Amino acid sequence: MGKTTTSAALAMGLAQRGHRTAVIDFDVGLRNLDLIMGCERRVVYDFVNVINGEANINQALIRDKRCDTLYVLPASQTRDKDALTKDGVGRVLEELAKTFDYIVCDSPAGIEHGAYMAMYYADDAVVVTNPEVSSVRDSDRMLGILSSKSRRAERNEAPIREYLLLTRYAPERVAKGEMLSVNDVREILSLDLLGVIPESKAVLNASNSGVPVILDTESDAGQAYNDAVGRYLGEDLPHRFLEIKKKGFFSRLMGG
Amino acid sequence: MGLLDLFRSHRQRGTAAIAKERLQILVAHDRATRNQPSYLPQLQQEILQVIRKYVDVDMNAVSVNYEQDDTREVLELNIVLPEATTAKGG
Repeated sequence: MGKTTTSAALAMGLAQRGHRTAVIDFDVGLRNLDLIMGCERRVVYDFVNVINGEANINQALIRDKRCDTLYVLPASQTRDKDALTKDGVGRVLEELAKTFDYIVCDSPAGIEHGAYMAMYYADDAVVVTNPEVSSVRDSDRMLGILSSKSRRAERNEAPIREYLLLTRYAPERVAKGEMLSVNDVREILSLDLLGVIPESKAVLNASNSGVPVILDTESDAGQAYNDAVGRYLGEDLPHRFLEIKKKGFFSRLMGG
Repeated sequence: MGLLDLFRSHRQRGTAAIAKERLQILVAHDRATRNQPSYLPQLQQEILQVIRKYVDVDMNAVSVNYEQDDTREVLELNIVLPEATTAKGG
């Protein structure tokens, strides 16, 4: 559904605006954030090492080479997912919160332990979904968990702020009635829309080369992520890339 | 709309409409069950066992519904007894 791509893009976007940002991979056993961020060969210590006290947080954080306010905390490739303890995760987040403005937690797929740990301490949640029935349904289940199982819920504090980010959007297919529209998904999930990321070749190109797609400022997906970061920070930006691109006369004539 | 679309326009409505309809029903159902206490399935099982001591009913004959609004909680238990109730063991 694009959670890691989105985490990488949002974290980079926040950091580029001057905010000290850490992005953490919670997918223990199947780590991929380091790969998407292009720092896979610089991983020495990981999240689980820090939780177990085998390394301190500064040894494990990898500073991004393109943006000096951005740091990556990779997941462990070898441990099992239970290595993330609630207390351990809490301690690491508390430590990071002392020096960072934003901490982006990249959740693994599903609703198991890793995803639960990624959301438990959250203040804000970005629910990443694509316009496909199973994805939308899973998102709704995740919303249920956010509202009932988070620390904020347990402590009866103000609920986690929830945002919707729709990825892999194809306006042509929506126009043909083949794909759920933005408004359909919004209506079903009743969520504030943070952004719509068009289905784009740029996403695969970006992950191929380990560059967060938001740095591809020429691309539609990069611009859409940049808008999403702006909206998250309170800017009022219109949604783009929701309409079919203008075609030439001939292709319109042929309806192609 | 392109020229060729004129010939295609009599197709059935798109699958997106079907997806939306299915999701709306599913999500409404998921949300209704989400707030239920976690003991409900077990409660249903145990009630069924008790009833089965006396009457031969099957699993689908017992439904347990839980509703909640601002002021009250309602636990509704619905048991469909078979038409010719045959008591077990006299």
